Amino acid sequence: MSWISIIIAGILTYLTRMTMVALVRRDMLGDKLKDVLSYVPSAVFPAIIFPAVFFNDNGTFVEISDPKIFASIIAIVVGYFSRNVIATISSGLISYWIILFF
Amino acid sequence: MFSKKQLYFKGMADVSPHMLSVIPFGIICGAIGIELGFDPYLVYGMSIIIFGGASQIVFLQLLSGGASALIAVTSVGVINSRHLLYGAVLSEYLQKLSFIKKLLISYLVVDQGFAESNKFFKKNKTEQHLHYHLIGTGSTLWVCWQISTLAGIILGSFVPAELGLKFAIPLTFIAVVVQDLKKIDHVIVMITCGISSLIFFDAPFKSYIIISPILALIIAALLLRFKK
Repeated sequence: MSWISIIIAGILTYLTRMTMVALVRRDMLGDKLKDVLSYVPSAVFPAIIFPAVFFNDNGTFVEISDPKIFASIIAIVVGYFSRNVIATISSGLISYWIILFF
Repeated sequence: MFSKKQLYFKGMADVSPHMLSVIPFGIICGAIGIELGFDPYLVYGMSIIIFGGASQIVFLQLLSGGASALIAVTSVGVINSRHLLYGAVLSEYLQKLSFIKKLLISYLVVDQGFAESNKFFKKNKTEQHLHYHLIGTGSTLWVCWQISTLAGIILGSFVPAELGLKFAIPLTFIAVVVQDLKKIDHVIVMITCGISSLIFFDAPFKSYIIISPILALIIAALLLRFKK
C-alpha cells in the first residue's frame, strides 16, 4: 500500500518537473510572461523561508526574540555583503547555535 | 565558450556550497522516517522515486498521523507543483534539446539546482551546451541526497533534534535570494510571497507553497506594468 502511494507520488512529482520542460516551447510563452517568470526565485523561495523562520514545529508563531529570527538577520547581512553561500549558511547556523546553547 | 565538461563541473561547483544544508536535511529526512516507524527500504525508496526533501517528510508525517494515502499523495503533488514554475523558466534554455533528453533531465530539476543553474543561464545565454550545467547541479544534489538520507536511516535516533538542523533549510534559500534584495521590485515580490505563505500556511494540502508564489507573480506582473 505504502509502496504504491510512493510510486504514485513519485510519478506526480516527476510530472511537475517534466511538464513545462518537455511540453512547452519557447514561442508558447510570450515576452511579457517571460519577464514575469524572471521573478520566479524571488516569488517561490520566501514561501520556504518565512514559515521555517516564523513558525514553530507545531505551527504557531515564534516569539519576536526567537533565535531563528536573529540568526536569519545575521545570515541576510553576511550574505548580502559577502555574496558567499557558505558564509551565509554557516553564519546563520553558528549564530543560531550560540544563542541556543549559551 | 565552455566545453560540456567545464559546464558540468561549473554546475557541480556552483551548487556544492548548498551541501551545507542539503546534507543535514537529508539526514533529518532519513532519521524522521525511521523514528516514525517506517520500513527503512520504504524511507530510502522515496529518495529515488520522489527525490524531493520537504515532500518526503510531509508524506511520512501524514501517513504516520493516520491520514489517508490519497491525502498524502495529493500533498506531495501540491508541494512539488512549484517545479512547474522552475520548468517554465528553464524551458527557454533547454528548448534545443531532444524530447528524450528533456524527459531525462527533468528528473534532476530541484530547488537549489534550479536556483544556481538559472543564475548561470541568465549570465551565459549564448552558451551552446547550457544543459550540462543543470546536469552538474542536479546530479551533485542527487548523489548527496541519496547518501545523506541513507546516513539518516542508519543513524536514526542518534541525530539530536536539539541541534535544530532543520534551520539550515531557510538559510540555504536566504543565500539564494539575498542578492536580489538590492532591487526594490524583487523585495516587494519576496515580501508578498513571504507574508502570504504565513497567512495561507494552514490551507489544505500545504497549498501555501504554490498559492504564495502565484500571488507574488501577480504582483510582479503589476510591477512590470507600472515600470513601463
